[in-house]
Amino acid sequence: MNGIGAGDLVAAGLSCRRGERLVFSRLSCALPSGGALLLTGANGSGKSSLLRLLATLLMPEAGGIVWGGTPVGDDLARYRASLHYVGHLDAIKPALGVRDTLAFWAGTRGFPASGVDAALAAFALDAIADWPCRWLSAGQRRRLALARLLASPASLWLLDEPTASLDADGEQRLVAAIETHRAGGGRVAIATHQPLALADAQVLVLEDFAAPPVDPLTVEE
Amino acid sequence: MTRYLHLFRRELQLAFRQGGEIGLALGFFVLAVVLFPLGVGPEAEILRRIGAGIIWVAALLSAVLSLDRLFAADYADGGLDLLALSAMPLEGAVIAKCAAHWATTGLPLVLMSPFLGLLVDLDGASIALLALGLLLGTPALSLLGAIAAALTLGARRPGVLSSLIVLPLYLPVLIFGAGAVEAGIVGGGARPHLLLLAALSLGALPLAPIAAAAALRQALD
Repeated sequence: MNGIGAGDLVAAGLSCRRGERLVFSRLSCALPSGGALLLTGANGSGKSSLLRLLATLLMPEAGGIVWGGTPVGDDLARYRASLHYVGHLDAIKPALGVRDTLAFWAGTRGFPASGVDAALAAFALDAIADWPCRWLSAGQRRRLALARLLASPASLWLLDEPTASLDADGEQRLVAAIETHRAGGGRVAIATHQPLALADAQVLVLEDFAAPPVDPLTVEE
Repeated sequence: MTRYLHLFRRELQLAFRQGGEIGLALGFFVLAVVLFPLGVGPEAEILRRIGAGIIWVAALLSAVLSLDRLFAADYADGGLDLLALSAMPLEGAVIAKCAAHWATTGLPLVLMSPFLGLLVDLDGASIALLALGLLLGTPALSLLGAIAAALTLGARRPGVLSSLIVLPLYLPVLIFGAGAVEAGIVGGGARPHLLLLAALSLGALPLAPIAAAAALRQALD
């Protein structure tokens, strides 16, 4: 199991290309133990891409990510085991039950289902744990996706617009979970448009790393 | 190992709960075979001659029909991201998914084939060869199909495209599968055909998941 506080996350000189477009370049950031990184920026500025880069779901055009002193590519399995990624999509199957869904995703990471009930309770889903997911509202689906964070431990949380369709209570529960996680030495990187009540979070404005605009007519093939 | 069983179990659960899924492939298989006696005419001699070929062609088509179930839902709901980040290599996850796909599409065809054999007037020995051939050959259908299903993720008409990709790959299975029954009828040995069918499945077992996992990574990027 990967201990929380296993070492700092450092991204150096990251560039990201989506198709023809260079989304951002020479982006560097560091996330120490207990740190929170808020990614802000306009639509299309690369918040989600940066999170997917950090999750190793995308490969950077240039630059690299170092975790606890070693490049993540050297031991991808260990790095992936120490992160949780909650993207826009909820990874929820309508036909499966709420508890079953959470137990399944914990199981794919090699963790028993014993942490599932506490995770459901933390997001106030315990009363509907036996429902099939097709009955859930958008906000409840979001809560279920976020409950994955607590159902199995991971040091690094990568959250993409986690508050989308959450109500005020859900947002409070999320902030509480994040602060508990950070107090235990965990790290979190969040792409968000809404201000989150997190203590001393670093803010990374993606536009600062926007690639210089290129005149398409002068680009050489 | 438990992680793979875990995934296998969930895939079975999904297939059974989303009703129709299993029945669809099986129903198509039966109907396609039943159409031939109606179209070709009831002469037992002709049916016996082409029966095994018909049943094999129908099995191929019904396998193609169910391919989009393999990855499309996980791709659309973000589950594929989580599988890629899980504690199992993507190749292993592909094998678990193929095993579940085979158990819910290939295996029912094997069990149904003796009845269809009777329908086209095959004798007992031929029916045994037909069922044994399907048992040995259908795993290759699921495994090779996974390559096409992974390659066509994100395509606009994935069903049509994947059938164009995969049907040529299925040709050897068809040739040796129908050939086994044919050889049994004319008195040649069916054994080499069955061995080759088994070889196709065994060869596809390590190779197809590697190719499919590579295509899945491409789809995630």
